[in-house]
Amino acid sequence: MIPRYQIVIFSILVLASLAMAGMLWHLRQGAHQRLVAGVDSAPTKAPEIAPAEKATLLVANDDDNSLLPQVHSLPLPADPGSRARAVLGRLLELYAVPNAAHPVPGGATSVSQVFLLPIPGSAPRSESHKSTTVIATDSGAPISGGPAPAHPQMAVVDLSGNFVASHPSGLETETLTVLSICGTIHANLPQVTEVRFLVDGQQRPSLAGHADLTRTYLVGEAAGSIAGAAPALPTEVARP
Amino acid sequence: MLKPAQRVALASACLVAGWAASMSAQSSTQPSSTPKPALSSQRPQNPAAPAAPAFRASTAPVPPTIPARFVVVLDAAHGGDDLGGHLSSGQLEKNANLALSVRLRSLLGARGIQVVTTRESDQSVDMNRRAEIADHAQARACISLHTADTGSGVHLFVSSLAPAGSGRFVAWRTAQAGWITRSLALAGVLNAALLQAGSGVTLGRTPLPGIESMTCAAVAVELAPERDSDHKITAEPDDPNYQAGIAQTLATALLEWKTQAARPEGGSTEGRQP
Repeated sequence: MIPRYQIVIFSILVLASLAMAGMLWHLRQGAHQRLVAGVDSAPTKAPEIAPAEKATLLVANDDDNSLLPQVHSLPLPADPGSRARAVLGRLLELYAVPNAAHPVPGGATSVSQVFLLPIPGSAPRSESHKSTTVIATDSGAPISGGPAPAHPQMAVVDLSGNFVASHPSGLETETLTVLSICGTIHANLPQVTEVRFLVDGQQRPSLAGHADLTRTYLVGEAAGSIAGAAPALPTEVARP
Repeated sequence: MLKPAQRVALASACLVAGWAASMSAQSSTQPSSTPKPALSSQRPQNPAAPAAPAFRASTAPVPPTIPARFVVVLDAAHGGDDLGGHLSSGQLEKNANLALSVRLRSLLGARGIQVVTTRESDQSVDMNRRAEIADHAQARACISLHTADTGSGVHLFVSSLAPAGSGRFVAWRTAQAGWITRSLALAGVLNAALLQAGSGVTLGRTPLPGIESMTCAAVAVELAPERDSDHKITAEPDDPNYQAGIAQTLATALLEWKTQAARPEGGSTEGRQP
């Protein structure tokens, strides 16, 4: 038989616990409402509209396996990574239109992000070591020249999985897509001398079964040196 | 009557003379070996051959009278789980590649060219395994066969590796660098034959992971649809007649390549060297 005083004490403790739980819940709700009220969700800055600039796009053509430079005017952000993404977006828009010379579905949203990284182990070049940077076209002729960049960078292009999944399969078409992306980046950001690819943030063996996405693609001096050896062929050097 | 010492000396002289005569006869019959079978899907019966010429030590020059072995490796790309692309006709690329390989193998065999194939059925073959087969065959030409439904005509690709001299030891992944010049020359022969046959041809260079481990003149051949002047498709890449025509032209080109390799400047057995 439980004594009466113990039953009374137990009942009081249970009531006190319930009252404290209710109080805590009430205080939590109040704190949450104060926090939400303190956040000003109104825009504080108008969206920037970048001025239109000219960008050189290396547009692929499946019929003659060529990359032809085209100059387009489009708004370009100041940040180099965003700039590269904007340029590549325009390039892939051209491939997504009906009856394109290099048809690839996807469009501007196919490039998720472009990261620019300093190349490990590459020291800034001095004036005496500057050399000419070129990209070779199908004719082997350089389309862009000028001094080599003082601080060479690597561009890591993160492609969307949908773009890769819908890309046509084939040696020629995949090669042209990769080379046009590499060439377009270098034409607009000459400091980029190496390009690597990711798909949805992950490394992937190939674009659609043929073009190797595991290696670093060199653009610039190395490509120019090969252009002299085989002028009849579009050149690109892959570092194994 | 001979003394025992004289008998021993005479017997020794006879033995030495007999051994010398047998060695002489053996060496004189070696070059006139019977020709190897024109068609083979297996590795060549040459177990003493090293895996790759890049690792061969320099040997004594071979007399030019010895006929050089001319082997072509046909590599039907993809296979098994690796489907390749999906052609617009509904066919899988791996099957169209194999069909083209079989056609070309038959035509080369009919021309007396020994053929080694990397696969004879719908099976997965690793990239490294394909290169091992090609290197072990000591081939004069390695053709990787692809089909695609983009572009038009025939696309010829050579590895984009920079040309390099051949050393005694070469890196596996860049072994093709010592053969780039020969590969470009082979692409030129194929290009000329295809143009002469009226086919549209595009040339290119690209990283080719499997081919870049091959120590032979190697070209990737991609068969695209045949199109007319209005850019309309007149033959799909898996069309039997279209494939037969292209295979015929490739076989003719490889016969020309064999003829070039047999010329003195081609160098008989030396012609396989990069």
